[in-house]
Amino acid sequence: MSKENEQEIELLTVHSRTDVEQVFRYSAGRYLNRFLVEMRDNARIMGVKCPKCGIVYAPPKEICDPCYAEMTEPVEVGPEGTIRNFTILRAPFVDPETGQAKPVPYAFGNVELDGAGSLIQNFLLTDDDSKIKVGARVKIEFHEERTGNMRDIKGFRLID
Amino acid sequence: MGKRAAIIGTGQTYCKSIRRDVNGQELINEAVTRALEDAELTIDDIDGVVIGNMDHFEGINYVDCWSIDGSGGFMKPTMKLCTGGTTGTTLGIGGYHMVASGMFEKLLVIGWEKNSESDTTGAIVTATDPILDRGVMAGALAGLAIEASEYAAAYGATSKDAARVSVRDRKHACNNPYAHLRKEVTIEEVLNSPVISDPLRLLDMCPRTDGACAVIYASEEVAEKICPQPAWVVKTANRHCYSRFADIKGQTSMLSLTTAAKELWAKTGIKEPLKEIDVVEMYQPYSWGGLIWFEDMGFCKKGEGPKYIWDGVTDMGGECPVNPSGGVISTNPIGATGLIRCAEVAHQIMGKAGDRQVPDVELALATGFGGCFWSDMILYSKNKPA
Repeated sequence: MSKENEQEIELLTVHSRTDVEQVFRYSAGRYLNRFLVEMRDNARIMGVKCPKCGIVYAPPKEICDPCYAEMTEPVEVGPEGTIRNFTILRAPFVDPETGQAKPVPYAFGNVELDGAGSLIQNFLLTDDDSKIKVGARVKIEFHEERTGNMRDIKGFRLID
Repeated sequence: MGKRAAIIGTGQTYCKSIRRDVNGQELINEAVTRALEDAELTIDDIDGVVIGNMDHFEGINYVDCWSIDGSGGFMKPTMKLCTGGTTGTTLGIGGYHMVASGMFEKLLVIGWEKNSESDTTGAIVTATDPILDRGVMAGALAGLAIEASEYAAAYGATSKDAARVSVRDRKHACNNPYAHLRKEVTIEEVLNSPVISDPLRLLDMCPRTDGACAVIYASEEVAEKICPQPAWVVKTANRHCYSRFADIKGQTSMLSLTTAAKELWAKTGIKEPLKEIDVVEMYQPYSWGGLIWFEDMGFCKKGEGPKYIWDGVTDMGGECPVNPSGGVISTNPIGATGLIRCAEVAHQIMGKAGDRQVPDVELALATGFGGCFWSDMILYSKNKPA
């Protein structure tokens, strides 16, 4: 197509439908089932320990990646822990899980719960953002109503 | 160890936030046409097509079949390679493997993205674990911000140090007609741009880009007959680690990159990358990566990245120029981005890099970054490997 023609033609973008939703149903699997049920029923975090290297993964999973070993020993971790890294998200975007705008700004980070060797990602809760630092101590907070979902965790509250 | 193989032609599209003038297939065809012209070949000479993108950005599945209208893959063997952010360098490595296997002689390799067709951050969130990570995950932006937070806490690097990397890449981009953002920025402009995810500011980050790139690999029997100066693959290294972001511990250096670099230098006998490598095109989507990952590859010691960046070692004219193209901070059509690194260093070796040409390039490095901090590295050479 010639350049002249291009300039004459209106350039359209065709939008996909936004008034329909397609819901996915994910099996949690044997390991996450226990984790989610413990969180829902007992408001605690259950991890799993690698028999080879001893690292406790929380959330749990079947295989320790570096060892390729099956993990079978459940271990409770937390409820307190340490912030290892964080950010305060300020750029607006639409959450593809809900179709709603994310409530920016919000702080989130990866926390190493006491007794765990992996990290867990969630919101960081504080009235004073300046207290959020690598190394700061936090305690996990759950919602009163829990359904067996990562959203049962309200976040990690900064403690002094 | 397989046959030797080289890039003998490359093609890139012009890049913009929205290439509203073309659909995906037309964008792909633009890159393919340029690559064929560059190699002085026709589509009839091509005996296979490999293509990749980040599936969820366009909502396109089986892109190898979908793209045939633009790729020229009609009645040819086609295959897709999609690995998230590393797609482009996975294509660079996978394409090399296919030609090195002896099964393909002239292979067309394509990476592309129309990032404008969906929301990049939202789409990246859907790439993470549906049960564990999507609730709070905020795309590449936040994933990189947390890396910067941990590195800064460990080594004391500052936002000003990182800003110097943006200044370098945006300056370099002015020499590249295919770059998306071709306007210099100053340290002050970077530091005064809006915070988007602490500690990252708008000008620390790559843009979202529509663009495509194609390269043609040829086997050792034909490469020199087609191309006066092929860009030979010396060795490649790639490492994938976790698939859950939260399992990545100790982000003061990137495990996959330090491991890949160690392997690449061991395979090639390179002792001092800074002295031995003539030019680097890094998949570095944010400024801090120019500090952290430059260190992780062994170009300098950990924590010394800022000093090297300030001294101009990686500027055009420096000891080891990094991102003469303007890099990913200037142009980021994600599925093409890694392959653009390969195409750019190939043209550096061929002496075809125009205003961004680094003199006397013999050894050139292309890298890829993606997913949960995965790494690809490809070393190209002017000289046919032994």
